[in-house]
Amino acid sequence: MIRLPMILFFSAFLFSCGVYGVLARRNAVMVLMSIELMLNAVNVNLVGFGAALHDITGQVFALFIVAVAAAEVGIGLAIVILLFRSRGSINVDEVNLLKW
Amino acid sequence: MSAQEYAFLVLAFVGCVSAVRLVTTKNVVHGALYLVLTLLAVGGVYLILGAEFIAWVQILIYVGAIVILFLFGLMLTKAPIGRDTLDNQQRLVAALVGFGVFAGLAFLIQGAFEWADAPDIALVHTDTGAIGSSLFSSYVLPFEAISFLLLAALIGAVVLARKDEPR
Repeated sequence: MIRLPMILFFSAFLFSCGVYGVLARRNAVMVLMSIELMLNAVNVNLVGFGAALHDITGQVFALFIVAVAAAEVGIGLAIVILLFRSRGSINVDEVNLLKW
Repeated sequence: MSAQEYAFLVLAFVGCVSAVRLVTTKNVVHGALYLVLTLLAVGGVYLILGAEFIAWVQILIYVGAIVILFLFGLMLTKAPIGRDTLDNQQRLVAALVGFGVFAGLAFLIQGAFEWADAPDIALVHTDTGAIGSSLFSSYVLPFEAISFLLLAALIGAVVLARKDEPR
């Protein structure tokens, strides 16, 4: 029998890996991948709680999060490609146009 | 231990290892492939939890579409190889923050559920039709909002990535 905390621990581990990736990576595409990891961890939590409470709402909101993730990746990669075209580099610590 | 629990432990182990490799690998293309492995493991966990529709959506949309988008993004930008060009100098601080987040969440989970009387998750079959009727009765407004968001994101991506007209 799977207990709910096992799933929550799995999700927490995925989320903290994503946090590390967002903070430690320089490449913008890798940062986006880490964000996907964090969104997936949230989805695991939603589906896990939905299964434990016998409620379908968790899965409905997991679907919403998948749609938001798809939109976010589309916009994010468009920005990354635009950035590469105008500056020749997608390192997030070299992009300081808005910094004063 | 039941077969369900063994399968969950194996999938969780694969998912955790490939997530760690994803954030530490030196090659961006390998990173994308580790992302595929993590997403497949998470999809397997959904199957174990009885959420088969979400599992197939995960595999179709994430593995089929989002990872392909990532690979195109890597292809269109120069993908550097090597730890120093991929990671910044705050690796140690980032590791501390990540570990702190995990420790805090683990403390909260441990405090919220006693292991003995934590809710069991039995393998039940969820009806995909129930998701559909819930989506189109209780959550029809968020559904419309999300479809508008997707449309706006598509148009925005086209406008952003289009080449500017020479003036």
